[in-house]
Amino acid sequence: MSVQPFEVRIPDAVLVDLRERLASTQLPEAEEGESWDSGTSPAFLRRLLQHWQTGFDWRAQEAAINRLSHFRAPVSGIEIHFIHERGRGKAPLPLILTHGYPDSFLRFSKLIPLLTDPEAHGADPSDAFDVVVPSLPGFGFSQRPDSDGMTFQVGDLWHKLMTEELGYARFGAHGGDWGSTITEHLARSHATSLIGIHLTDVPFWHTFQKPHDLSPAEEKQLAATSAFMMKQGAYAMIQGTRPLTLAQGLMDSPAGLAAWLVEKFQSLSDCNGQVEARFSLDELLTNIMVYWTTGTIASAFLPYYDFTQAGAMRWILETAKGWVGHSHVPTGIALFAKDSTHAPREWAQRFFNVQRYTELPRGGHFAAFEEPELLAEDLRAFFRPLRGRTAIELSEGASHA
Amino acid sequence: MDAEPFVINVDQAVLDDLGRRLRRTRWTGGPRDDGWEFGTSPEYLKELLGYWQNQFDWRKAEASLNLFSQFKAELDGSRIHFLHEKARGQARLPLLLLHGWPDSFYRYYKVIPKLTSPGLLGADPRDAFDVVVPSLPGFGFTGPVRYRSTKQPNRQSAELLWRLMTEVLGYRKFAVAGGDGGGALAQILAIEHPESVVGIHLTDLGWHVANVDPKTVSKAEQKYLDAGKKHFMTDGAYAMVQSSTPHSLAPALTDSPSGLAAWILDRFHSWSDNGGQLEKSFTKDELLTNIMIYWVTHTIGSSIDTYRADMLSPSLTIADHVDVPVGLALFPKDMGGIPPREFAERTLNVQHWTEMPRGSHFAALEEPELYAKDVTTFFRALAA
Repeated sequence: MSVQPFEVRIPDAVLVDLRERLASTQLPEAEEGESWDSGTSPAFLRRLLQHWQTGFDWRAQEAAINRLSHFRAPVSGIEIHFIHERGRGKAPLPLILTHGYPDSFLRFSKLIPLLTDPEAHGADPSDAFDVVVPSLPGFGFSQRPDSDGMTFQVGDLWHKLMTEELGYARFGAHGGDWGSTITEHLARSHATSLIGIHLTDVPFWHTFQKPHDLSPAEEKQLAATSAFMMKQGAYAMIQGTRPLTLAQGLMDSPAGLAAWLVEKFQSLSDCNGQVEARFSLDELLTNIMVYWTTGTIASAFLPYYDFTQAGAMRWILETAKGWVGHSHVPTGIALFAKDSTHAPREWAQRFFNVQRYTELPRGGHFAAFEEPELLAEDLRAFFRPLRGRTAIELSEGASHA
Repeated sequence: MDAEPFVINVDQAVLDDLGRRLRRTRWTGGPRDDGWEFGTSPEYLKELLGYWQNQFDWRKAEASLNLFSQFKAELDGSRIHFLHEKARGQARLPLLLLHGWPDSFYRYYKVIPKLTSPGLLGADPRDAFDVVVPSLPGFGFTGPVRYRSTKQPNRQSAELLWRLMTEVLGYRKFAVAGGDGGGALAQILAIEHPESVVGIHLTDLGWHVANVDPKTVSKAEQKYLDAGKKHFMTDGAYAMVQSSTPHSLAPALTDSPSGLAAWILDRFHSWSDNGGQLEKSFTKDELLTNIMIYWVTHTIGSSIDTYRADMLSPSLTIADHVDVPVGLALFPKDMGGIPPREFAERTLNVQHWTEMPRGSHFAALEEPELYAKDVTTFFRALAA
């Protein structure tokens, strides 16, 4: 058995070094004020850094992280870190949850107990899940790939992790951001192992190939996506074209890393501009610490590089072309009100066998963190009719749909 | 109005602090360690940082910068740093030289003697200029300036430069040359003060020309625009970030010397003509002296804020036209290559057109001979 228990334990030397860096932080002098209009609010950044130095207790956060069961296992030669929490109920359904950028496995920390132990949270114990939350390669406590192209292999790694390492013949999958891309890949390449997939967005790269027969709602959605990329897509452009040019400063400066990451939590969440309405300073910093202590900001940019470079376009054109029509794996789409994209049902149906399509009244891009209750309820409702059905029943269901 | 003499003298504490930061640099650690494929080459960055720590002598660089006569002039409560070198002999014209981003007044250090003292260098002594090289608002030893409003900040910067030349230095008529952001300021000066500006010499057309009405472009123009757009998609992300979220970027570059170096070196690598061998164009001392001007003044943040400010309230649009004579020196490896002449003529009164055999964006630093000669030739004809 190659799965080994794992505990997050950052060496003291890393924390001492961090403290010294924070104490000598040098910030742009002319930048002040509360406004987030030009990126991270200088005043907010100062507050966050102040809290990092004087209020934030990493060891307490680390202890909380370690209350979940962590493991590492080599999968196809890459060390993958994952949380594995068993469900409490008669027949928990195995479910793999995939995070994105700039979050981490922590994206799901509030969701996990709701899924593993529904009864403790006023829900039906027959809705329990066995939950697996890996860190993407190059993120957090998983191994850093030493070259590009990894993004297109993660679906295969997850399949291997779930089946060969953890012994689940069939399982469900959920994700948002990069997690939705990985989850789609998993469903398309390993359909017979998938009970169903549940996404909080339709992977963005589908917009790269514009069909001719768009509905008005789809036209509107594509226009909104492209407006978003023009207005807010600079981070993806720089991370995709010049990852190391940017990463060096973020690797060397904790204040710089915080400024770069925290902007997304403000701009992509349902917080009405007030990032602390959704995330406590401790929560923001704990996520930043996952990047800082592991030194993974450069490798976390690699999925953007993969998608920006010619290799990715080839992958999209060749691999995705093979996936004509929608995947037959039953799919649930849950769209949160303030997420950056909002795919119409007909758009989702072009690529997926959509069995459930829900528009949630609140929440943003970090749904699992912002609205864990809403998301948990949607996951339970989506998977409930799929529980206990065999692969053959499911595929027949799809072909008759 | 007076300008006070200025000498660069960086506090030893700043240099000691820099040494400590460089010693404890945390490297990105991958993906691959060689080449420039993923952005600034980690291998080259390590080499340069080693040199920065162990061999680079800031005091020596500082002393050579201080060989130029420098001043600070107070205008509207801001203190504008500038270098002022008088012509040896009779000056044909006063010449204002305007740098861009991510360079500095240092961009012109090689051409200044060629322009002030041609007679000493075997050229015609009658071609001498009085040369003024400011640190632009937001940059280097000028640093951030307080604008009256957020409306057209580059127009306001150009006005400060006009007042520097006229009110502070007493020049009634003068010439302007520049590239990158400095070229845009030169255009604005020519538009706002044709009575003072005898002509402008540029190495590019300015970024606003990309907004030309696509229905009116010729085939050659379309080809040029397409090449520029393609180039921007692969090499323009720095500008997208600086124009949209500079405050998310600036803290890292202000706090980390290796981060600052990585960000700036990428531009010098992309915008030079050397087949990827950066040091064929610039020595380590040159690269580091320029980076140091940003580091010791803490102005990377205010310099990139100029992108955002101009994006929010552009100072040049496609409707603007420069009526004073314009000389263009176009370097083949500058962004997007050499434009069709008719494209330049849409917005500029082009009187002089040179397509250079080699060189790129930082022409005055990379090809000082070619650059100085072209500036001299253009303004000689104008002064005649």
